[in-house]
Amino acid sequence: MTRTMLVAALAAATVLSGSAARATDLEVIHWWTSPGETAAVHTFRDAFNNDGQGDKWVDDAIADGNTARSTDMSRIQGGDPPGASQFNPGREYEELIKNNQLLDLTDLATAGNWAKLIRPAEVASGCIVDGHWWCVPVNIHSWNWGWYSKAAFKTAGLPEPKDFQEYMADLPKLKAAGIIPFAIGGDGGGWQIAGAFGVIQTEELGHADRDKILHDKDLTLAGGPKMKQVFADFKTLSQNSDSGYANRNWNDTWKLVDSGKAALQIMGDWARGEFAAKGEVGTKDFGCMIGLDEAHPTVSTDGDVFVFPKQTDPDKEAAQKRLANLIISPAVQLAFNNAKGSAPVRGDVDLSNADPCMQKTLDVLNNHPEDIVTGAQRWLSNDTTNQMNDLFTKFFNDPNYTVDQAQADYVKIIQNAN
Amino acid sequence: MVHGAIAERHGTPDQRSGQTAPTGNYAAQGDNLAERTRKKLPIAAIIATIPLMIESVGVYIFGIGLSVYFSFTNTVVFPDYKLVGFKQYERLWSTDVWITAVKNIWIFGILSIIANLVFGYLLAVFMDQRIKQEDLLRTIFLYPFAMSLIVTGLVWQWVLDPNYGLTATMHELGWTSFYFSPLNDANTALYGLVVAGVWQGAGVTMAILLAGLRGVDAEIWKAARVDGIPAWRTYLFIALPMMRGAVATVLVLQCIGVLRIYDIIVSMTGAGPGNATMMPAVYVLQYLSDRQNAAQGMAAATTMLLPVVLVLIAVGLFRLFRRRKVVTL
Repeated sequence: MTRTMLVAALAAATVLSGSAARATDLEVIHWWTSPGETAAVHTFRDAFNNDGQGDKWVDDAIADGNTARSTDMSRIQGGDPPGASQFNPGREYEELIKNNQLLDLTDLATAGNWAKLIRPAEVASGCIVDGHWWCVPVNIHSWNWGWYSKAAFKTAGLPEPKDFQEYMADLPKLKAAGIIPFAIGGDGGGWQIAGAFGVIQTEELGHADRDKILHDKDLTLAGGPKMKQVFADFKTLSQNSDSGYANRNWNDTWKLVDSGKAALQIMGDWARGEFAAKGEVGTKDFGCMIGLDEAHPTVSTDGDVFVFPKQTDPDKEAAQKRLANLIISPAVQLAFNNAKGSAPVRGDVDLSNADPCMQKTLDVLNNHPEDIVTGAQRWLSNDTTNQMNDLFTKFFNDPNYTVDQAQADYVKIIQNAN
Repeated sequence: MVHGAIAERHGTPDQRSGQTAPTGNYAAQGDNLAERTRKKLPIAAIIATIPLMIESVGVYIFGIGLSVYFSFTNTVVFPDYKLVGFKQYERLWSTDVWITAVKNIWIFGILSIIANLVFGYLLAVFMDQRIKQEDLLRTIFLYPFAMSLIVTGLVWQWVLDPNYGLTATMHELGWTSFYFSPLNDANTALYGLVVAGVWQGAGVTMAILLAGLRGVDAEIWKAARVDGIPAWRTYLFIALPMMRGAVATVLVLQCIGVLRIYDIIVSMTGAGPGNATMMPAVYVLQYLSDRQNAAQGMAAATTMLLPVVLVLIAVGLFRLFRRRKVVTL
């Protein structure tokens, strides 16, 4: 009698544990580790964990973007793909698409009418290859911002800058007042330095010429006088920074501006997420110079996307599709983007209470599409981007590397871009 | 033939590599010896080495072969088998960062090996003085070698940090003009790496050289004392030349360590500031993983292999000619 009961109990336990094991755990690799970014990614996590299907978000945050992406690559190649991975829209995942490693989201996109919902069209185009959707856009980030400390400019007795040229003229007075005029960090292969360079390049050249260089690979413009001025201005900025920048990450650099030790940081609007995490309000507690020129704003269509590597388990695939739909849903878009500092990809999310700096972005997105530029990494391969990072890092670092030498090497990189 | 016999027995038994190279001496008994060894073929030993043989051929040789093949392709992340000639090598040798890496590894290698040998030998001489706490001291000196290079690099990065490390401590103790933070300046970062590398490697160098010292015949020391030669001269000009085997071992270990250097660079400087402390292995791994250009990384790796292959060929030829000389005597 006892033996039968024991066997029955064991059988019941196996069946019960079997059904519990069917709840899907999705491992998600991303690089959102700063306080603002963590608050934002938790909105995804909470939405997924509470979707009523027993799904569980297994967080796998890797602090450096380069490391996270190469982890994705090696895991997918090695046959142990993560459930979902963060990428930036562009060419970073084109190898994965070419080799058939990603889940096709076209049926979700058609059902959810993503092509109509997502604005502007450049954001959606980052995920569409050969008419198929391979990723879900998560947000719109613009790189073209100058975040500045109102207190720092007040200490130096200067009015708040309205454009880049005014800021460049302010540099000596800021330095004399004991403030770090330009805050930047040199970590992660130089992505911050390269990003700042790109923003200055867009402001000084204008959208058309900048697109000609980066998309059409126009070598005459790349070697021309306007680009030379960009390099010269960047050299000046390198002489107006502090000596501790070498391995500093972007949010530690942001702290310098927030505390008033530094005057200005050129950084994407994920920096606004840091201000938001501290409860600070744009234009009131801190300054945001859109596109480095308030009179001619620029918004770039950078941001993040989520790709879903192919799984062998159909339950996991179903969970991946659930996550994709959650990410694009209005409620989650609102919560995530408010915390992150980015703009939602949907036009139908109510953001009337958004931060004044975000309002500047939304005004451009909704009313002035001619002020939108496409992020350069859509056109440049990972390899080319890294070569440019090397070039700008060396240029920022080495006082003996002249403007002419750097511009000549820049032209070479554009020429050899694959 | 007598000449050859003495030449063969030079050096203490523990420093020989364990092979018995057939010399003029054995040539006469050659056939008998070969017959005897063939009858006693150790089957068990051969079976035991089969996994190693499979791994050597399957992993190392096959892997190296594939790497060399892919260095002639355009492989980005997933394998692309189309050959494109020497494109990757042309790009490699016109890349600033690679030239820096090659320059760095020579400077770092020579400095590191010399410093390790000098400090290692000094420590060995110190330990040879029949100290009471010899075992304890030897353990302490060997501890750094037991630490992974990542931990070593991180610890030294903190020690050499101007805001937290040695510099700050000295300032707090009152010595305000002290400054030892080589890692922050592109020109001196390499020397900071040498310091950390020597800290890590001097202990094991000491252990090997101490064993070599102990292997020198006691009669030599007595004879030197009788002749009135000062101790430091004995150590430098008499004992050291007799320790060829130990020194060779140390040199080989050091060279291998230098050529492969990666973890300490990544943890101490991240190849920075800028790309000032880039090394070939760091370049290879960056291109294989972060930069998604596997073919470029493999071209760099194959280039790293070349000097090793050349040295092996040179040593092989040298051995070949040396043996011939002994036999004809």
